[in-house]
Amino acid sequence: MKHTPLNDVHQSLGAKMVEFGGWHMPVQYGPILEEVVTVRTKAGLFDLSHMGRVRVTGKDRERFLDTICTNFVAKIPLGAIRYSLFCRADGNPIDDLLVYRSADEVFLVVNASNTDVDLAWMREHAKGFDVVIQDQTDELAMIALQGQASQATLQEMTRDLDLASVGYYKFAYGTVSGIANMRVSRTGYTGEDGFELYIPKKDAVRVWNECLQHGAKHGLKPIGLGARDTLRLEAGMPLYGHEIDATHNPIEAGLEFGVSFKPEKGDWIGRAALEKTAAKKTRHLVGIQTAGPRVPRQGYELFRGATKLGYVVSGSVSPTVNANIGTAYVPFGDGKPGDTVELDIKGKRQPATFCALPFFSRTRK
Amino acid sequence: MADTRSKTSRPDDRRYFESHEWVKPDGDTMLIGITDFAVQELSNGNEGDLVYCDLPEVGRVLKAGETFGEIESVKAVADLNCPVAGEVLEINTSIEEHLEVLSKDPWKEGWLIRIRPDSKSLDKLMDAKAYEKFLAEKAH
Repeated sequence: MKHTPLNDVHQSLGAKMVEFGGWHMPVQYGPILEEVVTVRTKAGLFDLSHMGRVRVTGKDRERFLDTICTNFVAKIPLGAIRYSLFCRADGNPIDDLLVYRSADEVFLVVNASNTDVDLAWMREHAKGFDVVIQDQTDELAMIALQGQASQATLQEMTRDLDLASVGYYKFAYGTVSGIANMRVSRTGYTGEDGFELYIPKKDAVRVWNECLQHGAKHGLKPIGLGARDTLRLEAGMPLYGHEIDATHNPIEAGLEFGVSFKPEKGDWIGRAALEKTAAKKTRHLVGIQTAGPRVPRQGYELFRGATKLGYVVSGSVSPTVNANIGTAYVPFGDGKPGDTVELDIKGKRQPATFCALPFFSRTRK
Repeated sequence: MADTRSKTSRPDDRRYFESHEWVKPDGDTMLIGITDFAVQELSNGNEGDLVYCDLPEVGRVLKAGETFGEIESVKAVADLNCPVAGEVLEINTSIEEHLEVLSKDPWKEGWLIRIRPDSKSLDKLMDAKAYEKFLAEKAH
């Protein structure tokens, strides 16, 4: 198992540690539901150093990435970030990712569990392009501040950059904790306002501790992967291995915003298959909500009487919505918000209702 | 002089199962529950993380090792397995409304089911010391 530069810090904070995507990570520091509430009412600090970070340079970088990314990379405004996927020819994804476009490089953030597969995929398809693919995962720590107090906390630690000027899904550079030229993005996986920082690993512990120090008066606390999963589900954000995977494509998952069929983009791996799917969806991802007591879990089936309708792909207790929530796949014509359905838990049935995604949303800048 | 006694010693009046249930003789019957380790794994000591417990019907006949119910936390569902064969005589219905009891006292107040065992013999199961050794080995 790999350790992030913050491993000792998590253990000293009393985190329960687990293996996740090949890394030793904090799942919780206290009660998971309290951590969710902290992010929604104050702010939370997350170690994301397990995620894959890849820097792509070279004159063909955008043309190359446009053959393997679902989004239109060359059209991303400079200093902006877009959601994307790498898909196989059958249209099924091998990962989802964020793509950051600068004047002289494209920076990618991919899932920890798929980093090796992504790098192999990129290298395999880079042949013939003048590109350099640099895995920066082990040299850069990554920390997120999420929640309403994020900007106030981070601005105290930041010079040469007015965070209010960094719009949603944009990135810029400033001096953070005395470290010049640090990339700061207004991104996150919680549905709250927040920032992500990309830090040379030798400075990670210091920056983390300064965040906690400056954030203390705002109620900032460290948050683990357990709460992170609940927060992203409440915000209607997909997790590879659940909403999308080798048999669940981005079109039926409702992620069309990350897929470009524009002719100027040229052909890309998976385009033909996804165009077909877009023209004729057979199923789609919907939200479900249940008063309980059981929690929807991946694999539980949905029924209407004796008819199996579909199945759950993610589930959690939601303190924000005050219900147990989940996402599920059902036939394309079904799953209308407000309609009822039965959740089947090893033969026992519990009533649930379909609902629109996301379960929670907050206005962003 | 250093205190060489173990800080937490589990009750010696019962036996332990590898999926972290315990079984305790009680007259002609036996009580079954889960260990502090199981509770910790599910909830990391946070009683609010336990959300649901599903217990069997009275009268149900169980084989040794059979799953008789489930316990659910915010993040996971775990099977509850019966260490020995027997018939369910009673279930601790108050636990279903008060799962936090499992965090405070999994040994006494936290009992889950009472069975009439097919056999009084518990020799095949781990005692407290063997269970602690089992846990120590698992940790590696």
